[in-house]
Amino acid sequence: MSKLGLITKGLLKENPTFVLVLGMCPTLATTTSAMNGLEMGLATMFVLILSNIVISLISPVVPDKVHIPVYIVVIATFVTVLQLLMQAFVPQVYETLGLFIPLIVVNCIVLGRAEAFASKNSVGDSALDGIGIGIGFTLTLMVIGIVREILGSGSVFGWKFIAGDGILAFVMAPGAFLVLGYLMVLFNKLAKR
Amino acid sequence: MAEYLLIIVSAIFVNNIVLAQFLGVCPFMGVSNKLSTATGMSGAVCFVITLATVVTYLINKYFLVPLGLTFLQTIAFILVIAALVQIVEIVLKKISPSLYQALGIFLPLITTNCAVLGVAINVVTKEFTFGDAAHMLNLGEATVYALATSLGYGLAMVLFAGMREQMAQSDVPESFKGLPIAFITVGIMAMAFLGFSGIV
Repeated sequence: MSKLGLITKGLLKENPTFVLVLGMCPTLATTTSAMNGLEMGLATMFVLILSNIVISLISPVVPDKVHIPVYIVVIATFVTVLQLLMQAFVPQVYETLGLFIPLIVVNCIVLGRAEAFASKNSVGDSALDGIGIGIGFTLTLMVIGIVREILGSGSVFGWKFIAGDGILAFVMAPGAFLVLGYLMVLFNKLAKR
Repeated sequence: MAEYLLIIVSAIFVNNIVLAQFLGVCPFMGVSNKLSTATGMSGAVCFVITLATVVTYLINKYFLVPLGLTFLQTIAFILVIAALVQIVEIVLKKISPSLYQALGIFLPLITTNCAVLGVAINVVTKEFTFGDAAHMLNLGEATVYALATSLGYGLAMVLFAGMREQMAQSDVPESFKGLPIAFITVGIMAMAFLGFSGIV
């Protein structure tokens, strides 16, 4: 696969949300607004790129039997680094995303890419794969966030353009499932053409 | 006693782990095709969540906090959970091979079920308000909270599996087939559960 292909595949062909259907929990929970979705996507991308790089480096020497625990420890280490960095530099964001930052450890996208890609490919390609899937995830989260924010509070990135309260249900739990479901339908419809 | 009751009602219905907190959605979607696997999976998750919460609570209280190592929470917890899941897997293989077969790939995946790590972290970091003032949970409350939360997980999963079995026989438009219609159904279910908010 070309280098450019590695970066762009996350957008459509291997879109983590709509095609691979991985990492649903943060996708649903943190997309209450466009900004939250974007921040969550970037945080996941940070861990994804670094863990992909390290795992592609160490995978030749890790015994097959213990490779999953080893990968999880690598991922958990980078999540801890991210937690400490966020607490120090962007405490506000850390507060908003809350539980879902430590939960990046168990985001199936990260472990999935480690297992399916990074453990079999070169360091450079793995880094690009991390960037590509990370961009796909970030953009998808942002799109879901934009839709929910428009419907739920009549604004985009905090810029209010519809007066009034909006449909509160879209900021709450049911809206997350509904928006994701209907966006999936739309994606399937467009992808088939 | 009243407080325990509040914890149970709140964790099962009001703050349902899947429908209100979005934890453990991947296995929720993955194994809810059939009622029998959904029940088995709920049982396994229930066991692991309760056990993991108790163990991680104790490790946090008597090891990480006194030594000032709370920043290692994430790593320590995930290792404990991974080990526990491994034990459950071995035990299940021994006593119920058919259930072991049915759960297949999803059993080792309980490790990466964010519901388990989520509840464990929530219990030691968040203040809960049940009845009177906000406070950190003690061990008894934490255990009840974990058990009730996982029962809520089982309830949502079994209800949803029942619906999906019905749905398999209905005529769904092409683009809606599979996961999209499943997500929309869960959305409606979450709306129904929203009706419980305010009772605690």
